[in-house]
Amino acid sequence: MSEIFVSILLLAGASFMILAAVGILRLPDLPTRMHASTKAGAMGAMLIMGAVALHFSDSAVSARAIAFIVFILMTAPIAAHVIGRAGYFTGIELWEGTVKDELRERYDPDTHKLNSGLEASPESMIPPKAPDRSDQ
Amino acid sequence: MLDVVINIVYFMLSLALLFAFIRLTLGPSLPDRVVALELIASVVVGYVGVHAIDTGVSSLLDVAIVIALTAFLAAIGFARFVERGGLKNE
Repeated sequence: MSEIFVSILLLAGASFMILAAVGILRLPDLPTRMHASTKAGAMGAMLIMGAVALHFSDSAVSARAIAFIVFILMTAPIAAHVIGRAGYFTGIELWEGTVKDELRERYDPDTHKLNSGLEASPESMIPPKAPDRSDQ
Repeated sequence: MLDVVINIVYFMLSLALLFAFIRLTLGPSLPDRVVALELIASVVVGYVGVHAIDTGVSSLLDVAIVIALTAFLAAIGFARFVERGGLKNE
């Protein structure tokens, strides 16, 4: 009986992996490729580790497999965030069909500063400082 | 039944590895290659898990944990390199 569950988990994990690989091969630019690979790849590894935990049905092995799942759950978003941030800062080209890039008008790649976009509006509580660009 | 499933899963993971490797060789910029490397590490972790089920050696889980840890640290290091000292595209 548990063999069926292990098989289902393995096939689901491998399907997620192959989906991530197809996404990383076919999608047009870095953020969309990361969107495919980091989420689906982590999900595939987690499902396969769940299959391992179920197959051995030993408390020590299961504890290690669950610890591994928690580890992936914690590190995959951090790695994806760091790589995406580095890629954006080095000025990768986005796909020409990109609908929204909210950082484009707010982020200044020369001074490495991010504006909120509310500096000049009257709603801002603190009186805005004039952007001091003279010394740059 | 599990043997057949394990063979199918090996084949699917090999296909995923092939696709990720094509992106690793094509990848126009360094961050693309880093993403492909991360996916390759994740697929290898899947391989190790399937192999642990196939052979019944539960110690292979430790190998998977170490591969995942190394891949995470490599991703962080590559990201720092790209951000601080890598080639700029513009």
